[in-house]
Amino acid sequence: MNWVEVIAGVMLLAGAAFVLVSAIGVVRFPDVYMRMHAATKAGTLGAGLMLGAASVVFGDLGITVRSFVVFFFLLLTAPVAAHVLGRAAYYANVPRWERTRLDELAGRYDGADASPGEPPRPVAHGDDRPDA
Amino acid sequence: MTLFEGPVTFLSVATLATMVAVAVSILVASLRVMRGPSLPDRVVALDLVGLLAVSVISVVAIATEQPVLLDAAIALALIAFLSTVAFARFIEWQGEQAE
Repeated sequence: MNWVEVIAGVMLLAGAAFVLVSAIGVVRFPDVYMRMHAATKAGTLGAGLMLGAASVVFGDLGITVRSFVVFFFLLLTAPVAAHVLGRAAYYANVPRWERTRLDELAGRYDGADASPGEPPRPVAHGDDRPDA
Repeated sequence: MTLFEGPVTFLSVATLATMVAVAVSILVASLRVMRGPSLPDRVVALDLVGLLAVSVISVVAIATEQPVLLDAAIALALIAFLSTVAFARFIEWQGEQAE
């Protein structure tokens, strides 16, 4: 029994499980923000585990550096892409799940005075919070 | 010489199972691309398909013992990120035009 192969196989199977869970989440979750949550986190971890398995199998410095470059690139870009897409979805008034209870941007990001290029207007906290 | 021509090992079985699981994931995510009620839903699912393509490349690199394929994974990850950002800007532009 070759232990390197066992470690790589376990990493591959774990990555496959994460990727499958994220695909199921993209189909089953009720609105676009929750779908983004499934696709971004579990999908990145699954792809990273498979890239790590590749670097374990080949055991070469160049291959390891290459797969880690891909993994860190995914780790850097996935939150950025999810943020940009979630902002666009909010701006486009994509309907939220009907049981969503808290929308902290409500009233600050719609109307004619907010454009997608500007940040929402700062509102002083302290009076409008229920626990203040 | 691929991984599947030699004797059956734990790694070859795990690689085969991973290929099947990733293929099923791509099909399931494509379901959301086809069905998604709004454009951001489809873009999220397409982003996931791009991520799954990167994982397919790394699994195929293991199965065929060709580590050169990982170079394609770098380029594909870059293109998937850029297309997602471009789609997001397009959605914002569309919302701006509708006003």
